[in-house]
Amino acid sequence: MKKMSKQLRSNLITYGIVVAAYIIVTFCMQAGMVSSLLKGLLVPLCVYVILAISLNLTVGILGELSLGHAGFMCAGAFSSALFSKITADVIQPAGLRFFLALLIGTVVAAIFGLLIGIPVLRLKGDYLAIVTLAFGEIIKNVVNVVFLGRDSAGFHMSTKDSISLGLEPGGQVLIKGPQGITGTPNDSTFLIGIILILVTLFIVINLINSRTGRAIMAIRDNRIAAESVGIDITKYKLLAFSVSAALAGTAGVLYAHNLSTLIALPKNFGYNMSIMILVFVVLGGIGNIRGSIIAAVVLTLLPEMLRALNDYRMLIYAVVLIATMIFTSSQGGQEIQERMKAFFKRRSKAEEGK
Amino acid sequence: MIGFISYLVNGISLGSVYALIALGYTMVYGIAKMLNFAHGDVIMIGAYVVFTTVSGMGLPPVLGVLISVVACTVLGVLIERIAYKPLRKASKLAVLITAIGVSYFLQNVALLIYGANTKSFTSVVTVPALKLMDGQLVLSGETIVTVLACLIIMAGLMLFMKYSKSGRAMLAVSEDSGAAQLMGVNVNATIALTFAIGSALAAIAGVLMCSSYPALTPYTGAMPGIKAFVAAVFGGIGSIPGAFIGGILLGIIEILSKAYISSQLADAIVFAVLIVVLLVKPTGLLGKQIQEKV
Repeated sequence: MKKMSKQLRSNLITYGIVVAAYIIVTFCMQAGMVSSLLKGLLVPLCVYVILAISLNLTVGILGELSLGHAGFMCAGAFSSALFSKITADVIQPAGLRFFLALLIGTVVAAIFGLLIGIPVLRLKGDYLAIVTLAFGEIIKNVVNVVFLGRDSAGFHMSTKDSISLGLEPGGQVLIKGPQGITGTPNDSTFLIGIILILVTLFIVINLINSRTGRAIMAIRDNRIAAESVGIDITKYKLLAFSVSAALAGTAGVLYAHNLSTLIALPKNFGYNMSIMILVFVVLGGIGNIRGSIIAAVVLTLLPEMLRALNDYRMLIYAVVLIATMIFTSSQGGQEIQERMKAFFKRRSKAEEGK
Repeated sequence: MIGFISYLVNGISLGSVYALIALGYTMVYGIAKMLNFAHGDVIMIGAYVVFTTVSGMGLPPVLGVLISVVACTVLGVLIERIAYKPLRKASKLAVLITAIGVSYFLQNVALLIYGANTKSFTSVVTVPALKLMDGQLVLSGETIVTVLACLIIMAGLMLFMKYSKSGRAMLAVSEDSGAAQLMGVNVNATIALTFAIGSALAAIAGVLMCSSYPALTPYTGAMPGIKAFVAAVFGGIGSIPGAFIGGILLGIIEILSKAYISSQLADAIVFAVLIVVLLVKPTGLLGKQIQEKV
């Protein structure tokens, strides 16, 4: 009983941190203490936090390394942006349309997760990692060559250019290949971002603490033992993988509706992005949801804080990354940590003794 | 028909570069069991060194390439010593993230020194082009040198692994590092040697690649690095002939899809082929099948 309440308290703290962050930031904005640079970062921050939480489900809870998370984000972003662009004048109010766009982006990403998960999850370890990376790159590349137009005769698709769509006069090009989708309504706000983070947290935390979540973690800890007690490995692996993909799709929707032009670049939907999210998850602590949130916020803000250092900021970021990994994971680093812990313990004991 | 053959030749040339990079990946993976994500950036550094020494300081190309090989070898050993060695017993993910950190580090060092502008790399190859079939098929000097260099290095490496003492030590460590240590193999020195050889090959690959495709930026190495990694997995990671076959096949597939299907979709096709191969043969073309024991 006591253990349950401890878990509940820990989860409440996580929700509390998010709500508190929202209140503090809103308060600071009212007081005019937030620079325009930081204001522009608020929604992307929410996007990264959701991505980090969702990837932690795959990496931390399912225990499989995925390097293609940005691909699912890309699927969610493009499907929802397309929907919003088509229905911008049809579905009113905007709130309802954005809600539907969210559902569509999430479902499309989940379908991609399922389709990719079926072949990918048969592989193990590094092979799984490289195949997820490959799938992520494929999604990004395919999006870059698709042209989609609409006229009175319906939709036209091409992989060459917008002229070969053969649109009637008055027809509209919706996806312009490498130029992406332009004119997506800007529906994302910081408040919506925070609400989506809370929803994501709710889904992931409840999943982890459910019977399903325990089955998934059993597979992670020992696949053969889990199989021998009757856990359906494929089903639970697929479930975790597609929920993770779906949440990445949600983040993609938020991302797409924050920009008026959505282009699939290596920077935002390539493997670089997937790796960045993975860095959040690993530095935050694998399997630790709260850690992912904090790491995503700190590591997004860190390069911005270092902006004064100009050209050196990414260099410092790289050094910090290497130093952190060596400090937390090497034997020498762990010894130093133990010694520091012992030192503080001794000091607090000494103070108690006074 | 001539068009097809000339695409094929280009594919083999690009594939030879991938094979050289993939060799570095596969050897490091086989011995240290880690994905060295920074390997692609060592290529870029190697190319920049040649750019500085040959185009900047006016040294003869052969000397420039030698300096580049030495510099990359030292760099590879230093990276291993500083960033990877402390993490020898850490989790795979920790090592992967460190490798990513090293990759960012190298890219940003190059960015600081050379700026983000594309440098046009002057080819170091002075071999004249070869005209075959009444001049219909032209083999450029770069192509000839790249393919020959790749073949010679491959053969040399296979002989080294089979007959030299340190080569056999490498095989032993990749088989079972604990047992190798008990037999008196210096595991740390062997891993350092692997990084040295891999980085030297990366320098050569960088020079050859930039001689054929002369645009040099701090991010030049990233994508070929990823593709070479794909090539290594394709051929069966850990296997030297596998890296060679994987690299060549990947180069041919890439050039042919660029020529006949779509230049934008070429990367997607390369990755799709990898996925199909792994689904049919989960350990790659020449990879060893490891039975899981309960």
